[in-house]
Amino acid sequence: MARMKFLCDADRCIECNACVTACKNEHEVPWGINRRRVVTLDDGLPGERSVSMACMHCTDAPCASVCPVSCFYTTDDAVVLHNKDTCIGCGYCSYACPFGAPQYPQTANFGTRGKMDKCTYCSGGPEPDMTQAEYVKYGSNRLAEGKLPLCAEMCSTKALLAGDGDIIAEIYRERVVTRGYGSGAWGWRTAYGETLTV
Amino acid sequence: MAHQLTRFFAVLALSLGLVLTGMTAQAQVNPTASSVTEDSMFEALGTSDTVSGRVSIPNKTAGTLIKPDNKDWAAFQRGALPLIFVVALGGMLVLLAAFYLIKGRVRVEHGMSGRTIERFSAVERFAHWTLSSTFIILALSGLNLVIGRSVILPLVGEAAYGTLTAWGKLAHNFLAWPFMVALVLIVVFWVAHNIPNKLDLVWIKQGGGLFKKGMHPPAKKFNAGQKVIFWCVVGGGVALSFTGYMMLFPVQAGTPSDWQLYQTIHGLVAAGLTAIIIAHIYIGSVGMEGAFDAMASGQVDENWAREHHSLWVEEVKGRTDAPAAGRTHPAE
Ligand code: HEM
Ligand code: SF4
Ligand code: SF4
Repeated sequence: MARMKFLCDADRCIECNACVTACKNEHEVPWGINRRRVVTLDDGLPGERSVSMACMHCTDAPCASVCPVSCFYTTDDAVVLHNKDTCIGCGYCSYACPFGAPQYPQTANFGTRGKMDKCTYCSGGPEPDMTQAEYVKYGSNRLAEGKLPLCAEMCSTKALLAGDGDIIAEIYRERVVTRGYGSGAWGWRTAYGETLTV
Repeated sequence: MAHQLTRFFAVLALSLGLVLTGMTAQAQVNPTASSVTEDSMFEALGTSDTVSGRVSIPNKTAGTLIKPDNKDWAAFQRGALPLIFVVALGGMLVLLAAFYLIKGRVRVEHGMSGRTIERFSAVERFAHWTLSSTFIILALSGLNLVIGRSVILPLVGEAAYGTLTAWGKLAHNFLAWPFMVALVLIVVFWVAHNIPNKLDLVWIKQGGGLFKKGMHPPAKKFNAGQKVIFWCVVGGGVALSFTGYMMLFPVQAGTPSDWQLYQTIHGLVAAGLTAIIIAHIYIGSVGMEGAFDAMASGQVDENWAREHHSLWVEEVKGRTDAPAAGRTHPAE
């Protein structure tokens, strides 16, 4: 089985935010939640770069380790998902996540703290694949349809890569070697305990 | 002449340009090859561990790109914290069991007199029971968040445990409010009786008379031990209320780092206060004969009162005598 990862080639990202929009649309993500966002570093300075970030589907995911009801699980594709039926909305996963991926919806006790939402790597949830029940809670399940996450698939500059970790790492290495520079695989060391070497 | 003037300005502009270039030389890097990298970012941050930048979406906190330190909190939450709870609560239970086995129940030495004095009014008891009943549910539903996953989940399965914990969270979120109200009432009713004084030193020196038969250090309405409990409840209760309140309104409370801080304080204070309250429950029920009546009916046996709160008994007796003495004056 593949070990799915995201890799954002910041030297290509043009901060168009199409990935952000595509994600929101594909999954009908509620107001106030962004499963993916683009962060611009050193804004306005030479060397400025933008990085598109979402859940990194960590190895030994900290969100899963702190969840009091243990509702996270890792799929065969190494995608980290959670079960909204079990989730109590305590928010601990969002305290633990290094990438700000899980987010509070604005609709529960005292206005916030309902069941958490986060990036699913376009692979739904624990419900049977591609059902309405799954769609309502988690959005579409593109992986079950044999497709990769929409954000990466529709990235116009192919900055955002999704797929098996080894394959996208190889693509990135080739790019770096060819063009002679690269700002690195953002977040990989934090998420997977090892970074990508070229 | 005009030609010379143009040349003069051209030179001026050129030298100005050179000066400006010189000033910005440090910031001038090849924008492609010398782009910002994660390593250089973390290095430049020095002690701080967060890489952040600008986002164009309304949620500005999303500008935090990577914060590896969050994993340290996660390790504490799943590692040290449950251990602290087990040691604090388990340790207290073992201690109390040992005390009970060695010393047994603290008896009323002179036996029950059959005469009673009012110790707590109905309102005081109402405040106490509101505080204690909500505390117990808050403590149990909180404890469940810390160790339930390892203790209850394997027994009942994810679905049942999820439902249980969801109810626990609802209870925790809503019972927090009566808890806070009762805490205020308790302070209003009892703070005057809980100001430390010299008598408390004597009481502490004699170990509260717990370790020696026939020793009963004098005390007013509350002895030093009870004062310690009172101030732990007030201090701990306020800390729990404040940090809990912040966790209830995360958007207003700040960023994940703030939530982590509040939650860690909340967890640690809860562990400490729950251990203290277990001891309090013990001494107020099985641990001491005659003590439970004070909160049940509000009436305590006079002999019990004389042994544990000698000065308070005199005060109360004096107070009931005083108006009677006053009435001996003829009406004018
Ligand atoms: C008085 C106001 C209080 C408020 C507003 C409050 C609020 C909260 C909140 C929001 C949480 C996060 C989980 C959740 O959503 O359920 C929490 C957790 C917790 N609370 Fe409270 N709480 C209060 C009092 C107490 C008291 C009196 C105790 C008892 C000892 C307690 C013990 C705990 C524990 C042990 C946790 C879990 C901490 C952890 O997971 O590390 N709380 N509380
Ligand atoms: S990025 Fe955050 S939400 Fe995603 S697996 Fe890692 S810790 Fe969990
Ligand atoms: S918010 Fe839900 S998923 Fe996140 S830690 Fe709490 S129960 Fe688990």
